[in-house]
Amino acid sequence: MAKITLSKLQHSYYADPQEPKDYALKNINLDWDDGGAYALLGPSGCGKSTLLNIISGLLTPTHGQVLFDDKNVTQLTPAERNIAQVFQFPVIYDTMSVFDNLAFPLRNRGVKEKVLKARVHEIAKMLEITNLLKIRGSRLSPDNKQKVSMGRGLVREDVNIVMFDEPLTVIDPHLKWKLRSKLKELHQKVRATMIYVTHDQTEALTFADQVVVMQDGDIVQIGTPVELFERPAHTFVGHFIGSPGMNILPCEINNGAAFFNGKKIQLEGPIKPDIEGTAEIGIRPEFISLSKSGIEAKVRKVADVGRHKIVEAMLGDTRISVIVEGELPAQGSSVYLNFQPNQTRIYHDGWIASEQKR
Amino acid sequence: MKTINQKAWLFVIPVLLLVAFNALIPIMTVVNYSVQETFGNNLFFWQGLDWFEQLLNSERFYSALGRQFLFTGTILAIEIPLGVIIALAMPRKGFWVPVCLVLMALPMLIPWNVVGAMWNIFTLPDIGLLGYFINNVLGIEYNMTQSPVAAWVTIIAMDVWHWTSLVVLLSYAGLVSIPDAFYQAAKIDGASNFAIFRYIQLPKMKRVLTIAILLRFMDSFNIYTEPFVLTGGGPGNSTTLLSIDLVKIALGQFDLGPAAAMSLIYFAITLLVSWLFYTLMTKDDEPKRGDRI
Repeated sequence: MAKITLSKLQHSYYADPQEPKDYALKNINLDWDDGGAYALLGPSGCGKSTLLNIISGLLTPTHGQVLFDDKNVTQLTPAERNIAQVFQFPVIYDTMSVFDNLAFPLRNRGVKEKVLKARVHEIAKMLEITNLLKIRGSRLSPDNKQKVSMGRGLVREDVNIVMFDEPLTVIDPHLKWKLRSKLKELHQKVRATMIYVTHDQTEALTFADQVVVMQDGDIVQIGTPVELFERPAHTFVGHFIGSPGMNILPCEINNGAAFFNGKKIQLEGPIKPDIEGTAEIGIRPEFISLSKSGIEAKVRKVADVGRHKIVEAMLGDTRISVIVEGELPAQGSSVYLNFQPNQTRIYHDGWIASEQKR
Repeated sequence: MKTINQKAWLFVIPVLLLVAFNALIPIMTVVNYSVQETFGNNLFFWQGLDWFEQLLNSERFYSALGRQFLFTGTILAIEIPLGVIIALAMPRKGFWVPVCLVLMALPMLIPWNVVGAMWNIFTLPDIGLLGYFINNVLGIEYNMTQSPVAAWVTIIAMDVWHWTSLVVLLSYAGLVSIPDAFYQAAKIDGASNFAIFRYIQLPKMKRVLTIAILLRFMDSFNIYTEPFVLTGGGPGNSTTLLSIDLVKIALGQFDLGPAAAMSLIYFAITLLVSWLFYTLMTKDDEPKRGDRI
């Protein structure tokens, strides 16, 4: 187990990178505590898998350093770094039994057969695959294969980090949920530093204590799931997390007050100084309510998604989503929207520009 | 009640006809010959199983069969490992991939009798490049028309040159189908290069290698043109393989009956070995989807 530090990491897949857009990772600085559960969240192509491969040692970064417990490991091979990685598609040694699969990383490191046997059984018990130990790898279903590859990652007691690269992609939906909670449980049992890469916000938010949101090779925000949901630092985070995402509405800033559609809007707190002119209001659909008076909008679409209902209202060309608990308004009718002030924020150039009241 | 529709049989008829004309009817002609004696003029005399009995008691047949197994065994023992090694050494991506593939495919594009003639000239001690080189530069006496050992070395070298590429291409196809994640996982698990070969590459190549061995077995067991053009079965009988002997009996001596009996036994051996091999290799293959746990 180890504390991980990433310092000024930059990586390009080109031999001779010139512009910022040649870089898959632009400038990454991170500190991760020993024994934490972290998630890297972002859309496909944002650089999260690149970052993961740099941490595991499958890639050497163009610039910057990777440190485990303050020791520079940038030039070390994956085996020397003593890490474990679980891949998107289950990797299993087909001709070996499940037992031999789990024992493989230990045998390669010359662990004594007696110690190894005890450890394999312990891990198999944790993953609830003890009954499969004698079966050949090729006979397993995808979810059991993935469990075995997770097991191979966890079987070494001294691993620095266990990394998961979108491990649930090939798993059937009804088993996804089971494996997800299994992972969380495993983290509590083994207390290893774990990094989970995904583009699925539910997976990231349920697994991690802290989520790193990435976009275009940069870190946009690092925070707990609650922080990311309640106070996104960037409109990208607001939009990417939540279902539906945060409403981003054009507004005018005038003398420290925000005007939307000509009406002054109550905010969480003061707007950062020096911001005038065009900006954006960010408010989550959860924090808008319908009432008798407020901002008038036309209902374009209503949807019942089970847990709650979503109303899509139009104000001119601006679309606003609202989550409604009670009765649904009719399609085409007029509604009045009320923004909850302490959840209403200002974004300027994409970044948050309002401050919370103390 | 379930209605039974017999119309589907109609759709089988074309295949049935095709198989009948290109396999069943020719084979039945051979079966017909194998139990009769003929002296030409379309006159046939019933002979029963005499030809089979005679053949199975003849030393000539067993020595040809022995040479045949020796030939097939030797070329398999060389071509399969060599093919796998070359495939492992070939690049997986980049500019050299198509170059390697084309170079590998070249020998296979050359017709059999041309290969025989090429090697014949190539190994002539007086004007052949290789033959001259071995005799006059290396100073080793080498003449395949006189020495049985030289003749054997030459036909084996020729087959290895002609057909190792097939094993290479099939193994290569197996190798490139392995996802990168397998190699990455093996690195992380601390696997040695040998372990990567033994537990990842070899299992993934198993299917294509089975096919490669099967094809090479059948082809080399039935080989005729190349050794015929190269050595004509000589010197003496030293390179008279089964097929060469068969043609000698059938066309050289015009003994259609014994030749037909020999063909059938020949065919039965090829079929039996191929079936045994294939059954053994696919016995514990991956299960069907439904059997997974």
